[in-house]
Parts: sequence; structure tokens; C-alpha cells
Amino acid sequence: MAERSFKAEVEHLRKGAGETFTGEGILAITKALLENGVGYVGGYQGAPISHLMDVLADAEDLLTELGVRFEANASEAAAGAMLAASVHYPIRGAVTFKGPVGVNVASDALANLSSSGVTGGALIIVGEDYGEGSSIMQERSHAFAMKSQFWLLDPRPNLPSIVKAVGDGFDLSEASGTPAMLMLRIRACHVTGQFETRDNRRPPLTVAEALSAPRREVSRIVLPPMSYAQEQDKIANRWPAALRFIRDHGLNEVFGPDQAPVGIICQGGMYNGVVRALQRLGLADMHGNTQVPIYCLNVTYPIVPEEFLGFCAGKDAVLVVEEGQPEFIEQQLATHLLRAGMPTRLHGKDILPMAGEYTGKVMLDGIEGFLRRAAPDQLPAQVRAPNAEAPVIPDLSQTVPARPPGFCIGCPERPVFAALKLVQKELGEHQISADIGCHLFGSLPPFNIGGATMGYGLGPASNGAFDGGRAAGGGKRPISIIGDGGFWHNGLTSSFGNMTFNKADAVAVVVDNFYSAATGGQDILSSRAENPTKATNHPIAKALRGIGIGWVRQIDRTYDVARMRDTLREALTSGLPGPKVIVASSECMLNRQRREKPRRAQAIREGRRVEAPRFGVDAAICTGDHACMRLSGCPSLSLKTLDDPLRDDPVASIDHSCVGCGNCGEVAEAAILCPSFYEARVVHNPGLWERRLNRWRQAAIGWLMRRREQRRLRFGGAG
Amino acid sequence: MTPLPQNVRAIPDGHLPGGIIKLAIMAVGGQGGGVLTGWIEALARSQGLAVQATSVAGVAQRTGATIYYIEIAQADGGTPVLALAPSAGDVDIVIAAEMMEVGRAILRGLVTPDRTVLIGSTHRALAVSEKTAPGDGIADAEEVRAAAEIAARRLILADFDQLAVDAGSIISASLFGALAGSGALPFPRTAYEAAIRAGGKGVDASLRAFDAGFTAARAGGADAHPGEAPAPAPPSPQGPAPLLTAWQRLEDRARALPAPVQGMAMAGLQKVVAFQDPAYGAEYLDRLDRVLALDRTGDHALTRQAAKHIANAMAYDDVMRVADEKTRSTRFGRIRAEMGAGEVMQLTDYTHPRGEEIVSILPAGLGRWVHARPRLVAWIDRRVNRGRRLRTDRLRPFLQLWLIAGLRRWRRGTLRHAQEMRHLEAWLNTAMAQADRDPAFAIEILCARRLIKGYSDTHARGMSKFDRVMEGVACVAGRKDAADWTRRLVTAALADEDGKVLDGALRTIRSF
Repeated sequence: MAERSFKAEVEHLRKGAGETFTGEGILAITKALLENGVGYVGGYQGAPISHLMDVLADAEDLLTELGVRFEANASEAAAGAMLAASVHYPIRGAVTFKGPVGVNVASDALANLSSSGVTGGALIIVGEDYGEGSSIMQERSHAFAMKSQFWLLDPRPNLPSIVKAVGDGFDLSEASGTPAMLMLRIRACHVTGQFETRDNRRPPLTVAEALSAPRREVSRIVLPPMSYAQEQDKIANRWPAALRFIRDHGLNEVFGPDQAPVGIICQGGMYNGVVRALQRLGLADMHGNTQVPIYCLNVTYPIVPEEFLGFCAGKDAVLVVEEGQPEFIEQQLATHLLRAGMPTRLHGKDILPMAGEYTGKVMLDGIEGFLRRAAPDQLPAQVRAPNAEAPVIPDLSQTVPARPPGFCIGCPERPVFAALKLVQKELGEHQISADIGCHLFGSLPPFNIGGATMGYGLGPASNGAFDGGRAAGGGKRPISIIGDGGFWHNGLTSSFGNMTFNKADAVAVVVDNFYSAATGGQDILSSRAENPTKATNHPIAKALRGIGIGWVRQIDRTYDVARMRDTLREALTSGLPGPKVIVASSECMLNRQRREKPRRAQAIREGRRVEAPRFGVDAAICTGDHACMRLSGCPSLSLKTLDDPLRDDPVASIDHSCVGCGNCGEVAEAAILCPSFYEARVVHNPGLWERRLNRWRQAAIGWLMRRREQRRLRFGGAG
Repeated sequence: MTPLPQNVRAIPDGHLPGGIIKLAIMAVGGQGGGVLTGWIEALARSQGLAVQATSVAGVAQRTGATIYYIEIAQADGGTPVLALAPSAGDVDIVIAAEMMEVGRAILRGLVTPDRTVLIGSTHRALAVSEKTAPGDGIADAEEVRAAAEIAARRLILADFDQLAVDAGSIISASLFGALAGSGALPFPRTAYEAAIRAGGKGVDASLRAFDAGFTAARAGGADAHPGEAPAPAPPSPQGPAPLLTAWQRLEDRARALPAPVQGMAMAGLQKVVAFQDPAYGAEYLDRLDRVLALDRTGDHALTRQAAKHIANAMAYDDVMRVADEKTRSTRFGRIRAEMGAGEVMQLTDYTHPRGEEIVSILPAGLGRWVHARPRLVAWIDRRVNRGRRLRTDRLRPFLQLWLIAGLRRWRRGTLRHAQEMRHLEAWLNTAMAQADRDPAFAIEILCARRLIKGYSDTHARGMSKFDRVMEGVACVAGRKDAADWTRRLVTAALADEDGKVLDGALRTIRSF
């Protein structure tokens, strides 16, 4: 079960012709896929396209009705490979994952697919995780389109344009026998809006029907000599077909006046930002009626030279607004201009920054700078010579603390890192590498554990060079951390197979939280939930033993910090050679609370007995040394400043958001920090005997307390 | 350009490039920013306007700073082109769901005096960096408030988190109410409430929090500056007559101290008497008198600091004190109230005693004898050193703690007490040696006491830092800037856990 349920939204996917759809970009894509007669869909979750996978999973009934096959692929590579169904069969297929990391993983399949070419439309929907809010390295998926020769759509970021791009992508793919990639940036995936729906269409040929009438065509196989022919075919036939289609169907758009001294060429995804800058410069109105012509590339690869040169004709200068680096589009445009011998000056990354997101500010400064240089007369007087002095606002850069993402309240991964920190205090610092997933937050304060992340499922593999360090006399074993998501994505083979085969004398910790948690809580093979359409409950430890790892320790409650620490110590100091793997399993608290909170509230309402645990700190006993904070970082474990003139430093305090996981108490106990922590377990609807016993106990305890307190001085507040 | 119709107020001051209302929400992941965004979107759509919302979902939302952005525009006359992210200097309304997020909005230039209505919650959700500093690392909210007053066209600040919690809801509801109350959007209150009802989840609680937020915003942000009220006089204690008589004598002595010292001395006196007994309070006042006699500072700053730190030193954290604090009736009442407990509440205290603590409460002579035998200490440690969870709501575990707390009548004879008093005297003497010549230096030496806190390893680390600062004190004694250096050393010692910054500062001092 994913973090967010789309059951309610899925109903919108049934809308027919002429109705209005209101919602998120990613849902609009799902609807568009159905309207375009897609035959199979799949992908791998990851921000910003996780919701697309979640919607598809929640929409399985509807997909089945329409004869559409949905596959929650094991990785992006698996998703890319699935598009093979469109090579020989005229079936439209779509897969989705995040870019560029997912495209990296899928690139082997995509390269083969592109060489083979397709019969049915093949659409790769990529959520480009670039700029603010991104959680990965900053690169472009654009390069993959260029190297493999598939087409790249980058529509304007509004729902009607995105929906249209899905249909255009399929049509373009089929017209040119080439897969197409539809790229959406982070915010475009989550942008809300409306569009007019069409009826859903059953695929003309379903995958089930194709299976009963298999086809093969030798020319599609990527083997010499066919592979040479395929390369020639890309250039001689598929490319010109694509250019023709793009031009004939007007996939790219031109806005603004026909005649103007300057113009702007932008990726479709940049269009709204360009218009906003022009609006702020007084050169466009709110509907995008612009005084500066814009050539909007809804298809960013391939470039249509005639269109581009036509746009440049009669203009003194053009500005290319292309986000990310290197400036692939600008370089191509420069080539075309030069070959055509055009006098138009080409600007782009000489004015706009080479790297980083094109934010509103960057765009405003860039376009203003371009106009100042190329057409100063176009700028309104107010912009050319502003007369208002901006007031000076105090600089808060030293005041406002950074707030990077971190482990949630009650996260079961926190104690794993607390234990690692404790074991390192005993045995010294170790070489530690991490993987992709929530556990990577362990590399941030307060834990500061792990110095590398090389990709999904590659945590233990990235310690490869250090394997055998102990045998070589290094003394310490390298440690790697990997999540359950990474384990099943690629880790079992690339990391653990690697460790086993090379007899690595190393330690790996598998953080098993029952889900692919960082991407939104999707089920995976080792999930504990019963999923009607997927096979779950395959233990990680069993898989590890299956590939020949003997030293495997399963921990079923990560909050047991002492046990976690002792197991780590054993792994690091054991005399046995070979890989040592600890599987640390506890359910993701975010998902657990989502499931249990309503149930608990229901049970309390119905009068059933429920224990609700929450932790607290005795302010009088806490000395304000904050040692517990350095081993926790839980958002509910915070500080409060006491109204006591004798105290300089704030003391620990646990707020009402605590879910009672027990980590702080366990840490205080295991690290021998202090006796300030307590767990209060409120019992709702206690039984008769329980109440009676409790009354008796409280009476006895109360008598003892009173007896002592009556013999001493009692200060009101000091209690 | 399409002008806005009469019922849509020109926002703000006619500064409208294209008639678009731009609204940014700054939140911390998990605060319900998505819910608030959904409500605002539904609200605007219900008014027949074009609206677009964007957010960054996924891992970036896990407890980190996150931003939601909404643009609202006239729907007739064509589809407006709206931006997907807020831009510096181009935002009409900023809603910040936490005080440092208010600061972050200003820092990012989203709040500008010409147009931005800023609605912010003054409560704090501390960042990890603020929590992990061994000293006080909490960021200065007053600086943010001061900047907000300059940066915003209109400022509405209140503790919207508390308002929501009091109403049994979450902050998104009270902030939605504040948005309505601010009048920054041209919609009637009923339209806002309809949006909440249409959402369908926890409607009643949300409406209560909405109302609280609305009212607070109408009042212009009902938030008094904190920390202004003078501390009330400590209430007189209760207890048996002989003890009260003894207390009265102590109180009279404390009241006779110079005015600037009295408040701190009374607080200190209470602390040490509660820790032990009135006789211990007398010892405390004796020490203060000693300091006062040497105090050359005009405002008695030296004695004031001494009153604070001597009290803390005398009321050290031993096993008896912890057990005593854990077995007071006020504690049980407080926890019950905090947890909202009904009749039955189970209470588990997490403790981890070590052999050392047991040895330290032995009579001083015996304690020293044991202490001198490491194998015996290790044997004791093996017997006691493990995590113990005490169900303090049950009689037997409670009785254990209660009996330990009762040992305090023999506290003066323990090894720990002897050690603590020796340490206290050495520190106080070091400070007093400077009192005459360099009172500022003496004050800073007293303040170094702040470094000693925590239990077991943390306590040992604090002690080691304190000792190292004292070494530094010995180095700088006699220098004109001795006080400055000592203060710097204490600040350095509080900067990190391991004392690396302190080591750096000490190296500098040794290079003199």
C-alpha cells in the first residue's frame, strides 16, 4: 500500500468526452494514456513520478476492464525492457521513472530498443528531478535521447499541453518507428489544473491477443549485420520521418508578433517562466500575449532546422532558454545557423547561467539582460531606469538554520544509525558507504554516517575496493548500508552477489522498512503486507542465504539499540571471513501510523482497551547537555527553555507529535546518557480488574509520597 | 490586459502584472502544507477563478523545509499563463508555518515591503543543528520578527500551531483561518469554510482551528512579545513548622542581600534546600557571603553569578536526587495532565545505573577503599551496569526509587558529596583569587561551571572540558583580556561535543 491513496482520484479516470478533469499533472498523464489506447504500462517509482505509479496501482480494476496490462517493474531497466512489446507488435506501451537516474538504469534497454525501432508507440515518461527539491545529482536526461536517437518531448507545463503531448508522443513514435520520451520537471508533475477529457480507448491489439499470435522480425534484432542497418535506418528514415511529423503537426509553437528585432527560443517546460519574466518586464499580459516572439520547443530533440531558421529570419538576435548543462540545444542551433550562413546573433548560456535551475529571478535577470543588450528600446522606461530604491531588509542568512530533509518522527532507521554511532565510539571511525533511500539521511547531522552514494542498490558494491581490507592487514572492516528498496532493485545481484563472489570481508546493513519508503511507500518483494496483485513476504535474509551468504543476522525490532549495537560489534569483530550482513527490520513509521492511527481511534471509540504510548522527559533531571539529540534528531524530541534563572541551557522536551517508538529511551539507556526519559502509556477503556489494581497501587504509592512530602519543605514550582 | 472585476480587490496597491495573485506557503515536511494548498485551490476554484498549485513531493518533504506555490487569476478572457515557482520580489501572500520558515521566506526575498502580506506562526520546530549544540543553539526568533516587520507590507504573527492544537486540529486549519481573517483574498468567510467541509476529513476540528486562526488574524496577530513579564515572587513553601521556621531564617538572610542578587539567591536557596535541607541552605548563603565580601563590582554582578553557579554546583545530580525527582507527587500529576491520561496510565522510567554511581553513594571512607580496588569496582559494575526499566506506576519499582531517594539524609557522608565539595571549593577559590584584581575575570571563571552537566560519559566529558578551560584560565591569569579569553573558551567548549573547537582555542592561548 502506497503512502498516498488515489482510490478517489481513480474515478476521474473514467470520465468521458467533453467532461472536465481537475487535478494533478501526473494524474492527467494517466488519463491521457487511457485516452490514447495504451496497451501496457509500467515503471519504477521515484519522485517526482511516484504518484503516477501509485495511480496506476490503484487503477488496476479500470486497467483490467480496458485490457491494459500494468506491471510494477523491479527496476527502471526492467521497465525499459518491457517496451520490447512494442518492437514487433503494434501495441502502445508507456513506462515511467525518474530522470536522469532512472534513465541511467534503463539506458541499456533503451539503447537496444532505439536500435531495434518500434512498431507500436513506445513512450517513456520521465520526471526530471532537477533543481530545487531534487534529491539526486544534477544532470540532464537529454543526453540519452541524443546518444540513442530517440525523441524528446518537453511540453509546456499546463494540463492541456501535457495531455496533448502524450498523444503526440505516441503518434510521433509510430510515425518514425522510434521510441519517444516525455519529460516533465518536478513541479510540472505536481502542477494542478484542468483539461477537457475524451473517452478512454481500448487498445486495438491487447498484449493478451498478441501473446496468442507471436511475431518476430530478424531485422529488429540487435546483432550484426542488422545493428549496422539499424543505425543507417535511424538516420536515413526514422529521423526525417520524425522531422516531417513534428513540422506537419505543429508540435512546436510560435507565440507573439511575426516581425520583431529579437526572439526567444525555449524548451516547452521553460515557457511559463519565460512568459512570467516578460510579464514582469511589461512585455506580455497574463494570457501570454507577448511582444517578444517565442519559439517554444515542445519537442527538444530532434530540432527541426527549417522551423528554427524560419524563426530566426529577419531577427537581429535570439536568446535560447535551455535549462541545465551542457547546452545541447544551443550547440545544435549554432551549427544550423552557421551552416545556413545566417547573420542572427545567438545568445543563451553567455547571458543565462550554465548550471542550475532557471528560477523566476534567473529568468527575469537573463531576459532583461538579453533585451538590454540586443533590443534596449523594447524595455519599458521603468525597467531601463528604475527610480525606486529598494529598502534594506536585514540579512537573516546567519540566523535561519538550514533544514534539510531527515528521518520522520519515530523512524525505525534512526536507531540503526544511533547504534552505528555508538559502535564507532567504541571501535573507531569506519569506512562507510551508503545507498539510495531514506537511510541516506544518516549521512546528515546528527549522525554523519556514510560518505558515498553511488546509486540504487550499489551501496555494498561501492565498498568493493575495500573488501578484504582486514585480510590485507587493514584491521577494520568496511561497512555499507542499503535499503530494502535498493536491495531488490539491483542490490541482490550487483552488491551482494559481488560480495559473495569476491569473498568480501565486509559488513553490510540492510535497512528493511517493509516498503520502498523514500519513493512513497510502495510494496516490494519483502513487504509484509498482503497485496492481492503482487507477491510479497519474501524475506531478504532468505535471499541472502540463497546466494551463499552464511553470516546473516535478522533483527526484527530495530528500536532495540543495544542489540543493534551488539550485533554490529559482532559483525565488525567476528573472526569469521566472508560477508557479514545484518538485516534490520522494522516497519516505516509513516506508513504504520497511516494504517494504525484510524484503527486505534476507532477502537477507542468502540470502547475496546487500547494502550497509547508516548515519551516524556523530566525537565528537573535533564541537564541540557543535548547528548540525546546527537543520537536521535527525532522531530518530536526538541528543546524548551525553562523559566528558571539558574539554568543557562534549554532542556530536552518531547512534544505531542511523539508516536511512542521508544528510540529516545532506548538510546538513553544503551548509551548510558541520563535517566530523564520515561514512557507514559495511557490505557484507554481499561478493564474492571485493571482499574481496581491500579486504584490500589496508586493509593499505596500516594501514601508513600505524602508521607515523605509532609516531612519536608515543599516549594510550589520546584516539584 | 484584463482588469479585475469589482468584487476582486486589486492586490495589493494595484501592483498587478497581469492580474495574478501569487501565494507561497513555507512549511516543514509533515505539517500538512499539502492540505492547506488543497483548500486554497478549492476555495479559489469555487469562486470561478483559474488557479494553479504546485509542490515538491517525495523525499524532500521528509521533515525538511518545503514550499507550496499557488497562483490565482481571472478565468474569463482566455487561459492565463501561470508560473510554477515563487520568484523573489513577486509574491503577494506568504504563509509560513513556523518562525524560521518566516525567516526563510524573507531570506529568499519572497517578502517585500511593496506588496507582501506575511502570515506566520511564531512557534518553533527546531532544526537539528539547533538541537545538537551542547549549549544553547536555538536561533534568535526576535531577529526574524524584526526583519519581518521591515520586509512585510502587512504582518500577522501568532502561534497558529498552539491555536490548532488547542482546537484538536493541525496548523493548516488555523493558517487557513488566518488567511481568511487577513482579508488578503477577496473571498467571504463562508467560502473558506465550505472548502474545509468539501475536504471531508476532521471537519469539525478543522473548523474550530479555522475560527481560532481567523480571530487571531483579525486581531492583527494576537501575539505578545515573549519574556517581558517580570518573574513572580517565589511562593512561600509549605511543610512542618520547625522546617518553616528554619526556612524563614534563611529567607531573611537572603532578603538582606543587595537587591540585584536577591532574585537569583532566592532561586538558588530554594534549589539547594529542596536538594537537601535548610542547613544546606545555610551553607549556600555562607558561601555567598564569602563572595559578597570580596565583590568589587558596582552592581554585585559577581555575587549574582556566584548565586547561580554555586547553587547548581551544590545541587549536583546524584542517584538520590534523580530518585527523589522521580517519586514526587507533582511529577505524576504533571505527566498525567501532559499525556491527557484518564484513570489508568502506565509509567516506565528508563534508567541505566553503573557501578560507579553505586560506589559514589557509599560512605566516603568505604567508597574510597572500594574505589582504590579496580577489580572490586569492576565486579560491582558487572552486577549493576545494565539498562533497567522501572514501571514506576507499580508498587515494587516505585518503592525501590522511593527508598533510594530516602538515602539523601546520609548524603553529606557519601563519597560523591566529598568529591563534589572539594571540586566546588577549588573552583570557587580560583575565581575568588581574581575577585579583587579582575572581577570580570572572576565572573567568567564562575560561568565556566555551566560546562559541568549530564550524567556518566556526558558528565565526564563536561568535567574534562571544564578542567581544560581551567588550564586555560591559569594561562591567561594576569592578562588584561583574561575575562574575554575565558568567555571565549566557554563558548568554544559549548560549540561541539568532542571539544575540538576548545582545543583550537587552547592552542591559541598557549601560543601567547
